[in-house]
Amino acid sequence: MNAPAIPPSPYSSALGKSNIERHTLSVLVDNEPGVLARVVGLFSGRGYNIESLTVAEVAHGEHLSRITIVTSGPPEAIEQIGHQLERLVPVHHVIDLTMAKKSIERELAMVKVRGKGDDRVEALQVADAFRARVIDATTESFVFELTGNAEKIDQFVELMRPIGLVEVSRTGVAAISRGPEPI
Amino acid sequence: MSKQMTGAEMVVQALKDQGVDTIFGYPGGAVLPIYDALFQQNQVQHVLVRHEQGAAHAAEGLARSTGKVGCLLVTSGPGATNAITGLADALMDSIPLVCITGQVPTHLIGSDAFQECDTVGITRHCTKHNYLVRSVEDLPRILHEAFWVASHGRPGPVVIDIPKDVQFAMGTYVGPQNVQHKTYQPQVKGDLEKIREAVKMMAGAKKPVFYTGGGVINSGPAASELLRELVKLTGFPITSTLMGLGSYPASGPNWLGMLGMHGTYEANHTMHDCDLMICVGARFDDRITGRLDAFAPYSKKIHIDIDPSSINKNVKVDLAIIGDCAHVLEDMVRIWRTEAAKPDQAALKDWWKQIDVWRAKKSLAYRPSKTTIKPQYAIQRLYELTKNRNTYITTEVGQHQMWAAQFYHFEEPNRWMTSGGLGTMGYGLPAAVGVQMAHPDALVIDIAGEASILMNMQEMSTALQYRLPVKIFILNNEYMGMVRQWQQLLHGGRYSNSYSEALPDFVKLAEAYGGHGIRCSDPDKLDAAIMEMIESPKAVIFDCLVEKEENCFPMIPSGKAHNEMLLAELGDDAGIEIGSVIDERGKLLV
Repeated sequence: MNAPAIPPSPYSSALGKSNIERHTLSVLVDNEPGVLARVVGLFSGRGYNIESLTVAEVAHGEHLSRITIVTSGPPEAIEQIGHQLERLVPVHHVIDLTMAKKSIERELAMVKVRGKGDDRVEALQVADAFRARVIDATTESFVFELTGNAEKIDQFVELMRPIGLVEVSRTGVAAISRGPEPI
Repeated sequence: MSKQMTGAEMVVQALKDQGVDTIFGYPGGAVLPIYDALFQQNQVQHVLVRHEQGAAHAAEGLARSTGKVGCLLVTSGPGATNAITGLADALMDSIPLVCITGQVPTHLIGSDAFQECDTVGITRHCTKHNYLVRSVEDLPRILHEAFWVASHGRPGPVVIDIPKDVQFAMGTYVGPQNVQHKTYQPQVKGDLEKIREAVKMMAGAKKPVFYTGGGVINSGPAASELLRELVKLTGFPITSTLMGLGSYPASGPNWLGMLGMHGTYEANHTMHDCDLMICVGARFDDRITGRLDAFAPYSKKIHIDIDPSSINKNVKVDLAIIGDCAHVLEDMVRIWRTEAAKPDQAALKDWWKQIDVWRAKKSLAYRPSKTTIKPQYAIQRLYELTKNRNTYITTEVGQHQMWAAQFYHFEEPNRWMTSGGLGTMGYGLPAAVGVQMAHPDALVIDIAGEASILMNMQEMSTALQYRLPVKIFILNNEYMGMVRQWQQLLHGGRYSNSYSEALPDFVKLAEAYGGHGIRCSDPDKLDAAIMEMIESPKAVIFDCLVEKEENCFPMIPSGKAHNEMLLAELGDDAGIEIGSVIDERGKLLV
């Protein structure tokens, strides 16, 4: 083969070479049976990542649900994910809140901590600093409720670990854009 | 228009209201009420297939040859699972289908009832959309919505799963005019600014090429007309994918032949060296691009597609126009005219000169034989003897399919039915049944291999029952030819399980079904035998015994670029180690 030397094409979108980015997508869908399975199945079927997923109905009258998905991948893959989601018939809108730059993310966590004596005092002090509320208490445990972005919750959990962390339940990320406009 | 009726009657009424005249299917417990409703009317003809996969491919054949939505009706459980290959095939090739499946009664769903399966769960990944009907009140809307979804935007298969109690329940029927999908409204008009920019890029191009695909066919005959006009206006060369054959006539002066893995030398080299690629309704599939990082490295790319997810999926493009091919091409032709755009004639002249050099390679050439029938020769003769007739061609999958694409020349869209994306062996015969149902007076030929045809051989029975004179033209080399070719290229000629042992006697098989069987192994008698096939009023199985170890060339080996094609002179010679042409990375690819 006397093929000429080929310059690396700038057009190949070979995945995996680019930087991995973390994006939050907000997906407005018809709240009909199977819609979550469609969305989740799309991610597994095409090999995309889901780091976090939350879903709930947000408009009863119109039967609309909002799914917030945190995903990671190269920018080309994230663009594809948006388009693939939009192809699903019950999907109304897909907004990449990370691209929109002006968004707020929050997650709720419940954190169970076990301990006695000084550990209890320390746990309460840390909770106070993070504005976590005590929603259940026994003589040897607390359950804290904490809201914030994912990093804040990670940090809180790490601080509780040496004190006597038992378990954590997190809702996953919910997100919304800033300003007066809807998605 | 609203009327009280049962769910089963609604199904039949909706089919009528959607203009469906033919439905393919197979009855069973969970669809008996619908079969009862079908029995009591004459407007919709039901075609009884012999396996549900056949129903799906037959519906595809009908859809592809007419532009209408293909319909099938199958029962729950095994009925639905048997249809799945056809649904996946239709999804990959963007064929509009509505598949109605029966389901066990609502109160039994989830109880592992007899012939129960989670049809919507199983078909979610191989349909464009699917529905489980929970109440008869939802049924009319869903039925009409399904036709809308199947045929709008990028077409695809839609499943409606109807529990048996819903089929029996009484409800109010509403006609299609009252149903519009609330959110699914795909964009059909392209952005005019972008089309203007595309025209500008085209006028400035020195080495342009049109790369067209199945989207042009799906867009309807007008898209093909407009494409022809645009090619004429610009004088640009044009190539097409397997799925797009016929949108530009093979006899047209600007035609380069098919591109891709088994495309022509000139088409692939033109793609590789072009400075502007105008992709119309194609999706940069791996059979087309070859090695991605060496794909058309010197080109700007314009991509016209109705599906935004096709843009930048495999290959990054410079200008994306979202819209239906016919709409975008119409605007493009109009703008090209009103702006009095002129192509760079001098550059184009040089470009065509270069293309002629590639053409002179005669990449489809093969060594003729006086003693055995070469498969390429068989297709050439078939073409010559049928080209002046009203002919439709379907194929199975494999070497014969590629030879058909290379040597059968299509002048019109909707004449070529083949399984491109999924590559489904067993597609061709049921598809031919579907085509013949829609075109009773046409000559419908399934170009087949002896291995593929056995996958849905049972549909011969369907053909006989409905007196469909389909012609099955088998290129019989006693191998799964493409598998054998790859084993030769990649696995040292160890033909693991690719030999077609214990083949039936196809002539006797044809007769056993009540059809007509013909066998030919002599090149001198081939023409007469083909004429006998054409003139037979019955379904025919033509057992054409061809050269056994012929390879399909030219070929872009896996993992190679468009300009690294293997030609027959090289590959044909057993002395050359063609296994070494494919590198380790290429061997991983399919």
